[in-house]
Amino acid sequence: MSDAKDISFTPNEMMTIAASRALKSDDVCFVGIGAPSAACNVARLTHAPDITLIYESGTIGTAPDVLPLSIGDGELCETAVTTVAVPEMFRYWLQGGRISIGFLGAAQLDKFGNINTTVIGDYAHPKTRLPGGGGAPEIATSSRQVYITMAQSKRGMVEKIDFFTSFGHGDGGDHRKRLGIDTAGPTLLITDLAVWKPDPVTKEFTVVSLHPGVSREQVQETCGWTVKFAEEALDETPAPTELELKTLRDLNARTKAAHQGTAKGKAA
Amino acid sequence: MVKFLPLKEAVAENLHDGDTVAFEGFTHLIPTAAAHEAIRQGFRELTLIRMTPDLIYDQMIGMGMARKVVFSYVGNPGVGLLRRARDAIENGFPRAIEVEEHSHAGMANAYEAGAAGLPCAVFRGYRGAGLAEVNPNIKSVACPFTGEVLAAVPAIRPDVTFIHAQKADRKGNVLVEGIIGIQKEAVLAAKRAVVTVEEVVDNFDDLHPNLTVLPNWTIAVISVVPGGSHPSYTHGYYERDNAAYLEWDEIAADRDRFQAWIQQNVIESSADDFAGRVEHLRKAA
Repeated sequence: MSDAKDISFTPNEMMTIAASRALKSDDVCFVGIGAPSAACNVARLTHAPDITLIYESGTIGTAPDVLPLSIGDGELCETAVTTVAVPEMFRYWLQGGRISIGFLGAAQLDKFGNINTTVIGDYAHPKTRLPGGGGAPEIATSSRQVYITMAQSKRGMVEKIDFFTSFGHGDGGDHRKRLGIDTAGPTLLITDLAVWKPDPVTKEFTVVSLHPGVSREQVQETCGWTVKFAEEALDETPAPTELELKTLRDLNARTKAAHQGTAKGKAA
Repeated sequence: MVKFLPLKEAVAENLHDGDTVAFEGFTHLIPTAAAHEAIRQGFRELTLIRMTPDLIYDQMIGMGMARKVVFSYVGNPGVGLLRRARDAIENGFPRAIEVEEHSHAGMANAYEAGAAGLPCAVFRGYRGAGLAEVNPNIKSVACPFTGEVLAAVPAIRPDVTFIHAQKADRKGNVLVEGIIGIQKEAVLAAKRAVVTVEEVVDNFDDLHPNLTVLPNWTIAVISVVPGGSHPSYTHGYYERDNAAYLEWDEIAADRDRFQAWIQQNVIESSADDFAGRVEHLRKAA
């Protein structure tokens, strides 16, 4: 084993790898596309080989060789234990309480883990119409826990989100419980700079670990709310190991080749 | 009883101005050829229903065919935004459209209720979600046994549903396999259904007994259109053209480029062109 400190890595690689470490082999994970998908598959290819990955297209227990571009790429189905219809996916498997981790990305996030992927600006007259929630509103409330991963920016991490696509901890405290939501909600936020966990009482996301070389100032400068840091000494996120980095880079290389390699269709 | 017709006639007979129509397919088996035929025939004032509108609704919205869109994810899956839909919602170009937005769970339950002949769907959803405040069709109902407050949405009942499937047998029974999405529910919820298929086989005698087969009496018309889901894919026949989805982001970003693309690839093309578009995506087997 070589010394991990000698290996250079990007903040995005650190984010994906830190996120992958949060997953366990016995997790049943509902996977959002993008950053969560990469993290979940790195986990599966390293320390959590038996993790059950579920994509909302109905594929249960899938093990793709490359990251899917969409949630319904053919390989997800070909490598799955089983593929079910979309109503069954949402009714039996998600609503039925079978999902241990819902793993989501976010366009806009607030300090209580509420997510907006619907609109920037007013809903009726949006400045930017984003794709919307898809499966996320119910993933956020029916999964036993929610992990969130996103790169930090002042535009993305805001004091007040423009639309409540997916409910996190609302205004904080026991807001979930007051709405009749009995799942834990967001319990972990992994950014390109830090690992965050909600305060046990207020539910405000608090930095518990800084990635190697990252300062408190950097975390604050790229975040739209006043950042709380854990009162005890902050941990340093362990740097990626050689195996983790190689796994992620190989996965990304295979993915890039698979998605761009297709000759341009004649319809183009 | 089901009829086999060329796609042009199938669409002309079953779609009308002002219809509520679903072209369903959850990333897989998207009925692109049928949508392009609808664009060629120039229908207006449609209410377009689909969980994941993606490229074909971006194209129909961009051509000004839609009065209203009902959806749960208005994105280009894995790529980003739908730029023609955005232009319509943000700028009213080429016309303003009404939007009814749900979550996937909401739409999936609503289709299932439609197929089940129920007036509405009841499920545990939309808790704390902003959609419940902006969509008047999201309501709540208390369970009469436990008192738990649950979400309720009206059943989806399209005038016509279009889907693409792997194959039909000579009697017109249809096999759908792989990621089966919401297609069975969308067909059974609709007043009439049109199915495009890759091929017709003599019979289904060798199929596994639990595969998703839509009996011929649930379908109005079948059209044989090889490659008819491109740039989506048909499991067992050809792969998803991910490069085309990436390229669409650039085409749809520009109003003139979009029009030129539609002119060349839809207006001046036909259902027969789809087979050639998937040639390079067929797996060597």
